[in-house]
Amino acid sequence: MYRSAILKSKIFNILLICAFFLTIGAFPTKVFSQENKAEGTEKKFDAGKTAMEHISDKHEWHLLGEKVSVPLPVILYTDKGLELFSSANLKPEGAIYKGKYYSYTLENEKIKVADEAGKVDDAATKKVWDFSITQNVAGMWVSALVLLVIFLTVASAYKKRGSNKAPKGLQSFMEPVILFIRDDVAKPNIGLKYERFVPLLLTVFFFILINNLFGMIPFFPGAYNLTGNIAVTFTLAFIIFLVINLNGNKYYWKHIFSPNPWWLFPIMIPVEVVGIFSKPIALMIRLFANMLAGHIVIISLISLIFIFNTLWMAPVSVGFALFIDVIEVLVVFLQAYVFTILSALFIGMAVEEHHESHTEII
Amino acid sequence: MSPYGPIGAGFAAIGAGIGIGQIGGKAVEAIARQPEAISKIQTNMIIAAALVEGVALFAVVVALL
Repeated sequence: MYRSAILKSKIFNILLICAFFLTIGAFPTKVFSQENKAEGTEKKFDAGKTAMEHISDKHEWHLLGEKVSVPLPVILYTDKGLELFSSANLKPEGAIYKGKYYSYTLENEKIKVADEAGKVDDAATKKVWDFSITQNVAGMWVSALVLLVIFLTVASAYKKRGSNKAPKGLQSFMEPVILFIRDDVAKPNIGLKYERFVPLLLTVFFFILINNLFGMIPFFPGAYNLTGNIAVTFTLAFIIFLVINLNGNKYYWKHIFSPNPWWLFPIMIPVEVVGIFSKPIALMIRLFANMLAGHIVIISLISLIFIFNTLWMAPVSVGFALFIDVIEVLVVFLQAYVFTILSALFIGMAVEEHHESHTEII
Repeated sequence: MSPYGPIGAGFAAIGAGIGIGQIGGKAVEAIARQPEAISKIQTNMIIAAALVEGVALFAVVVALL
């Protein structure tokens, strides 16, 4: 009786798992150390480099780590014409591919023009525009496809069943989220004219959410870091910037260009003009830095195993990585929500009619 | 990356920690006082926390680049 209670207790199970990992740690010190020596000790593990490689865009899609990857097409617009070839030609690192007009090599995942000896020609590299389908572009297509499948299914369900019947299947999963964006994000923050902006806010929310989530998956449909790429967040923020300023009414512009006591003109106008740009820039940096930081923290925790070079570190680092991973799932939702609600807030500030009370946000 | 970058990032983290701690603490106090206003308080708390975090992330990005 007493014994079985011990065996059933959760703490005992956890201890068992820990003991399992620790016993694994006890054996392989010899095995692994020999393996390392065979490969050569001069190749030291660099955590910073690994993290940077992990978060940056690539010319191949890593399906299952670096071993299993799909080469993606490289499209280059040079001053002499268009170049099209597979990125498999640029592997391994330092390989030189002779194209139609120049020969190319890959340096830190950037395509450079090089001569036969492998010397990089910076002047010629500047003339080459890289329009390649990189990992991020391919990943964005996959996520766009997923979004289309989800929303076309839901939309056709509404068409077929009408909006008065109770939702069913995927429809009932999406409906509360869509209603949440409409009723709790758009309506209170934008005000009377909220209906025009709901499609935009929904698109932004689900695009960020699905790409954040795919970024958290370490293998095939995910394994890319789209929302942690500043070009992508810049584009999103630029769209919001355009929407804010093209929809700004006279109160919005009056607020910026004629502050109340006239002698505040020289101080307030520059401040407000900076404010126009700082809002979308804050949106851009927030999403970018949050997702990037999450990826770096997780890869760094996993890297601890290789830094200490012992399996004894594995339970600790896997435990911490799991903990951070779960927090990241929260952050994924939170950042999509924060981006959407702040966009709604800024749009609301630009389109609000009455003008006595207003809140200042960055 | 300059050798002082991480130190600056650490200072930025201190600032953000104080800010978000204040926001969270006050929000919990407010919720304890008025449990029925929980959803409004949470929304405002998340917005304020996001703004504080945004400033901190500015600092971190500048420090690490």
